[in-house]
Amino acid sequence: MRVAEHLNEALHALLDADPSVHVLGEDIVDPYGGAFKITKGLSTKHGSRVISTPLSEGGIVGVGAGLALAGDRAIVEIMFGDFAALAFDQLLNFASKSTTMYGRRVPIPLIVRCPTGGRRGYGPTHSQSLQKHFIGVPGLDLYELSPFHDAHALLTTMFARQTPCVLFEDKVLYTRRICRDGLVDDLFRFELTGGWARVYADGDVPPGCAIIAPGGLTDRALEAMRELLIEHEITCVLLVPERLYPLDPAPVMDVLRGVGTVVVAEDGSAGGTWGAEVSRLLHPELWASLSGPIRLVSAADSIIPTAAHLEREVLVQADTIRRAVLA
Amino acid sequence: MVVVIEERVLGLTPVADADLGRMLRIRHFERALLRLFERGQLNGTTHTCLGQEHVPVAVSGLLDPDDYVFSNHRGHGHFLARHDQPDALLAEIMGRAGAVCNGVGGSQHVYHGRFLSTGVQGESLPVAVGVALRLKRVTPGRLACAYIGDGTWGEGSVYEALNMAQLWRAPLLVVVEHNGIAQSTPTTAQLSGSIAGRAAGFGIPHHRIESVDVNVIRAELEPLVTLARTESRPVVAEIAVHRAGPHSKGDDTRTPAELVAAAQGDWQPRYAEAFPAQFARLDEEQRASIGRIVDDVLIRPASVWERS
Repeated sequence: MRVAEHLNEALHALLDADPSVHVLGEDIVDPYGGAFKITKGLSTKHGSRVISTPLSEGGIVGVGAGLALAGDRAIVEIMFGDFAALAFDQLLNFASKSTTMYGRRVPIPLIVRCPTGGRRGYGPTHSQSLQKHFIGVPGLDLYELSPFHDAHALLTTMFARQTPCVLFEDKVLYTRRICRDGLVDDLFRFELTGGWARVYADGDVPPGCAIIAPGGLTDRALEAMRELLIEHEITCVLLVPERLYPLDPAPVMDVLRGVGTVVVAEDGSAGGTWGAEVSRLLHPELWASLSGPIRLVSAADSIIPTAAHLEREVLVQADTIRRAVLA
Repeated sequence: MVVVIEERVLGLTPVADADLGRMLRIRHFERALLRLFERGQLNGTTHTCLGQEHVPVAVSGLLDPDDYVFSNHRGHGHFLARHDQPDALLAEIMGRAGAVCNGVGGSQHVYHGRFLSTGVQGESLPVAVGVALRLKRVTPGRLACAYIGDGTWGEGSVYEALNMAQLWRAPLLVVVEHNGIAQSTPTTAQLSGSIAGRAAGFGIPHHRIESVDVNVIRAELEPLVTLARTESRPVVAEIAVHRAGPHSKGDDTRTPAELVAAAQGDWQPRYAEAFPAQFARLDEEQRASIGRIVDDVLIRPASVWERS
């Protein structure tokens, strides 16, 4: 099963289980079913709880927050994550703050889903990975879809936080297979531990390097790991957190203490990155065991060009990660 | 509703003690805040609703306890018309024990029962639409009431919200307190067209009320409120008011002539002149009551915020 279908099933299950769940977004009802078809079939089955909206990203996140404030649970799809910029006020100044600024905990079960990332030739305003711009907002939690984490469990976890959450979903990842039963491919296996996926080469060789990356980087990280293993005999472990912020590294600290090299990879542009936040957390803990500073991999400090050959120059490729490990 | 002219005194209809008392309660509350500021006893900033107190008093008479109220930066009157808890609000503004939000939100960020205020212009309208949609589904006949000003119409969120409210038939009462000035900028310099024209563009019923008479305002609001409740749809009530005080504390840049005009539009001296005995009695009651509340709150310990 592809990640897109898996996420679609998870949304169906949420709507089935709870009549207070509402899904809002642009062009999400059938027969169109959303720009990436993640919401296909939802409106046919769940009617008025699945609402196609005007082109009003700020407005619909506000409506979602209002539903959540009054006792419902809301999922808002931003057609392209880039447009979440238009909803920043509602997220920063209302939804996240309302959980605490009234002097007591106010539950705001709101999930904002953001199809994210490039490699599809959509150009500068439809290809970005904006995770870093939402880091450090009190009361706002950031999650990212991966092929390893169960989407229904993930969405359930987010609602249970009673706090607004942004879910980043890599657009290419939608087309990839989900990984189940601990199996990735002929070389790699995975296990889930405390919200992290640990992806490792099947065998007895302890890894010399850990790659920490959000779910959207999985395909490129695995390609890099494969080459490093076969061509360079370097064994890496890939660590994929379901929650990017606030990050809880505790469940993977034992793994990280056992490696000399740590690489943090992400799709956002260079400067003020998620990786910088991850390394801020990890450096004090790993200072004694690291062979050198944590290495940060990100897209270039650049807009994302449209032409495929130009886009490749800017975005993180498997080779970018491979070279960071070898550096 | 047509208010019979013969019943009027100096242009005002006889006013209930409860209404005039509440208007004066808000007036004395706001004046007390400005005095506390002058004495350096208030932290931060505040926006008083001097000259606009009669609007929330008129509106609140039409609201149900299950309705939601969304307020803005100039929200003390909205709160006090809804909840007669000036001590809790003052404690909130001063960060003292008994504060309605433990001193975290302060003047502009209050959430109590079904009253919620936020500090960013226009931000609450989409939220109010979401709340109204739930009310429509769960408790039909209840509405979300959102107070905004004429300046708020500069924000795109207002238009996004009105569009969705009308598309989805959300029971939303938008009360526009049109005081003709956005902080220091006159409406003529910040708003093209009209609010009526804007509402018409969405097919949303709109009514402008010129009176300062609390009964007349309420009577003219009543059909709109009924429409919102019974037909589940948004309505816009625009009420002409005069901001008798500064935007914030001492930041009034209006000319003496403009200030005189604003003062002449104030309900307070008109009610004082029309109903002198009733006014004097209620004015003294509220002056004393707010005075006691100020004295009480001033000696309270600091509020405690239990972060969890």
